[in-house]
Amino acid sequence: MTNRAQWNSQQVEQVIASLKNSPGALLPILHGIQDTQGFVPPDSVPMIADALNQTSAEIHGVISFYHHFRTSPSGQNVLQICRAEACQARGSRELEEHVKTKLRVDYHATTLDQEFTLEPVYCLGNCACGPSIRVNDEIVGRVTNDKFDDLVDELTTVELGIMSLNSVASEKQS
Amino acid sequence: MSIKVYVPRDTTTLSLGGNKVASAIVKEAEARGEDVQLIRNGSRGVFWLEPMVEVETDQGRVAYGPVEARDVTGLFDADFLAGSDAHSLALGKPEELPYLKKQQRLTFARAGITDPVSIEDYKALDGFKGLEKSLQLNGQAIVDEVKTSGLRGRGGAAFPTGIKWQTVHDCPPDQKYIVCNADEGDSGTFADRMVMEADPFMLIEGMIIAGLAVGSTQGYIYLRSEYPVAHEILNEAIGKAYDAGYLGQTILGSDKAFDLEVRLGAAAYICGEETSLLESLEGKRGLVRFKPPLPAIEGLFGKPTVVNNVLSLAAIPYIMAEGGQSYADYGMGRSRGTLPFQLAGNIQQGGLIELAFGPTLRQLIDDFGGGTASGKPMRAIQVGGPLGAYLPESQWDTPLDYEAFAAIEAVLGHGGIVIFDETVDMTEQARFSMEFCVEESCGKCTPCRIGSTRGVEVIDKIRTGVNVEANLTLLDDLCDTMIHGSLCAMGGMTPFPVQSAFKHFPEDIDLAIAKSTSAEVH
Repeated sequence: MTNRAQWNSQQVEQVIASLKNSPGALLPILHGIQDTQGFVPPDSVPMIADALNQTSAEIHGVISFYHHFRTSPSGQNVLQICRAEACQARGSRELEEHVKTKLRVDYHATTLDQEFTLEPVYCLGNCACGPSIRVNDEIVGRVTNDKFDDLVDELTTVELGIMSLNSVASEKQS
Repeated sequence: MSIKVYVPRDTTTLSLGGNKVASAIVKEAEARGEDVQLIRNGSRGVFWLEPMVEVETDQGRVAYGPVEARDVTGLFDADFLAGSDAHSLALGKPEELPYLKKQQRLTFARAGITDPVSIEDYKALDGFKGLEKSLQLNGQAIVDEVKTSGLRGRGGAAFPTGIKWQTVHDCPPDQKYIVCNADEGDSGTFADRMVMEADPFMLIEGMIIAGLAVGSTQGYIYLRSEYPVAHEILNEAIGKAYDAGYLGQTILGSDKAFDLEVRLGAAAYICGEETSLLESLEGKRGLVRFKPPLPAIEGLFGKPTVVNNVLSLAAIPYIMAEGGQSYADYGMGRSRGTLPFQLAGNIQQGGLIELAFGPTLRQLIDDFGGGTASGKPMRAIQVGGPLGAYLPESQWDTPLDYEAFAAIEAVLGHGGIVIFDETVDMTEQARFSMEFCVEESCGKCTPCRIGSTRGVEVIDKIRTGVNVEANLTLLDDLCDTMIHGSLCAMGGMTPFPVQSAFKHFPEDIDLAIAKSTSAEVH
C-alpha cells in the first residue's frame, strides 16, 4: 500500500514544466499528473502553485471541485457505474446493488485487495445500450449481473479469484 | 483485390464487443487465405444492430448485425464476403434499412459510411466544400448565411447561432476564441459523441468556418473526460487536418490562420453550462458566471468568444456548402433544420434519428422505437436530459419543436429521449433529479446548492408518508424558489423533472408510501 502511494516528483516536474505556459494550464497539468502518477499527490500541489503563480489553496480548490481528480491512489482498476436516467431505465439500480455486494465496497472506495475502486458516473453516452459501466478506459454496454461477474473474474488476479470463490462458498453455507 | 470489411470503432460498438469481432474477422480471413482489408468506420447510429459489420461488394455495401465474435466463422461459411444473404444476421444494404431510410440526414449524412480519420473519405462525400466556399467570403457574408439557415443552438438553449456570431463578429479585432462545448453530460444523449467519433472533420470544418466568420484564430474543444474514444479519434483527426493544411497558419494556402486544441474536462456536469465551461478552460473551479457580460463580448480570458455546441458547429459545413436556405427549408415554425433525436433508455431499437423538427414524439417512438426493451408497456418519457420534464402518455402527441415543448413546460434540450416502462417509480425519479443537482451543483447560488439538498429531504418525507400534503406544498414552494432564484439552468430547471413527475404521476406517491411502510413491517 505505502509503495503504491509513492510518486515520481521528477515526472511531475516535467509535466508541469511542459504545460505551465499554455493558456489555462491547470486542468491539463492535473490530467498530466494523474495520468502519469495515478493520482494527484497532495505534495505536488505547492509545486503546481509555484509554477502557476497561484496559492496552494487555489490549486486545491480546483482539484476538489472536479470528480475526476483523486488525491490518493486508486485500485488496480477503476470501475464506474452509470447512475444516470437512461441506464436507470434499464436496471442500473439493481446492477449497482449487485456490484456493491459482489465487491463489498460502496462508491468512492477501494476493495481490500486493491483490485477495484468503485465510482459513480453520470452518463457515458452509451444510452441506447445500457446499463453501462466503464472499466478504466473501456466502456461496456448491456451489463447484466452475470456479465459483470465474468468481467470481474477476467480482471482479477488468480489469488483474488480463489478468495472470492471461498467467500461465495461461505455465504452459501450461511 | 482485397475485400473491404467495415467494423465501427465508436464507443457503442466497442462496448458491445466490436474489437473482438474485428480481430475475429482478421484471424478467420488469414486462416482461410482471404484478402480482407479491415476498415474501422464510425457508427451509423443504428445502435441496436451494433456491432454492424459491412462488406463492400459490386452492388454496394451489405450489412450484417448485430454480430458477435462467435458469429464470425458462420459469416465466412455463409460467404458474407460476397455479400450473400444466406446468414441469419444479413441485413441487406444498410442505406435501405427502414431505420435509416426514413431519416433526413444532413449533419449525419456521412456517419458510418466513412473512416472517421480519413480526409480522402471526408472529401469524397462533400467534405470541406463549405470551408472552400467560406474562404471566398468575408466574415459578414458567412454570418449572414448562418442567420438565413435559422440555426439555433443545439446544446439545448436554442439561441440563434447567427446572432451570437454577429455579436462576436462586431467586437473590435482582438484575440477572439471559438469554443466548442463537447461536454455532453445529459443522460440519453450521444449525438455529439457520434459526430466526434464518426465524422470529426465536420466539427473541425465547422470550427474553422466559425473562426473565419468572426475573426478568430484559436479554437478549443472542451471535451468531457467520460468520452475516451472520442478523445482519441478527435486528436487523430486534428493531427491529420494540420498535416493536410486545413489547420495552422495558412489554411489551404490562404492568409487565414486557425489553431485547434482539445481540452479535457474532469467530470463535472455543470461545465456544460457555457460560463462554467469557460472558467474550467481558464483552469479554475467550474463556477457559473453572472451574465452580463455575455461570453460573446467577454468570454474566454475576457475576450470575445463564440461558445457553440458540437451539433451547432457540425451543422455549419452543410449550411455553407448548400446555402442557409436549403437548411431552413427543413423544420417547422421557428425551429428550422433538423435535430438528431437520440432514442435511449428502455427501448428495443435505440439509436440516432436525424429528422426535421415537426413530427410528434409518438410518431418518432412508433416509427423507430420498436417498443420497450423489457417488452412491458411504456409509461414515462424524459425528453431533454436530466433537467427535462417527464412526459405522461397524454403529452406524447406534442410536436418535436422548441416552442411546442415550452408550451407544455417541457424542453427538447439536446434531443435526448429516454423511455421508461411501467415498472418505474416516478417519486424515485423525482428524488434522483434533486440528488443529481446536489451532486453536480457548482455551489455558487443558494437556491441550487441548498435547495437541492432540501429537495431530497422533502421528497424522502413524502415517499415515507410524513405530512404528505404539507410537504407537497413545501416542495412546490421550494421548486418555485429554485426556478426563479437560481443563477443558471442547473438549479433553474431541476424542478422540471421533479414537478412533472409529481404532477403527472401522483398515483406513485401512495405506492411509494405503501412500499416504505411494508418495508418497515418486515
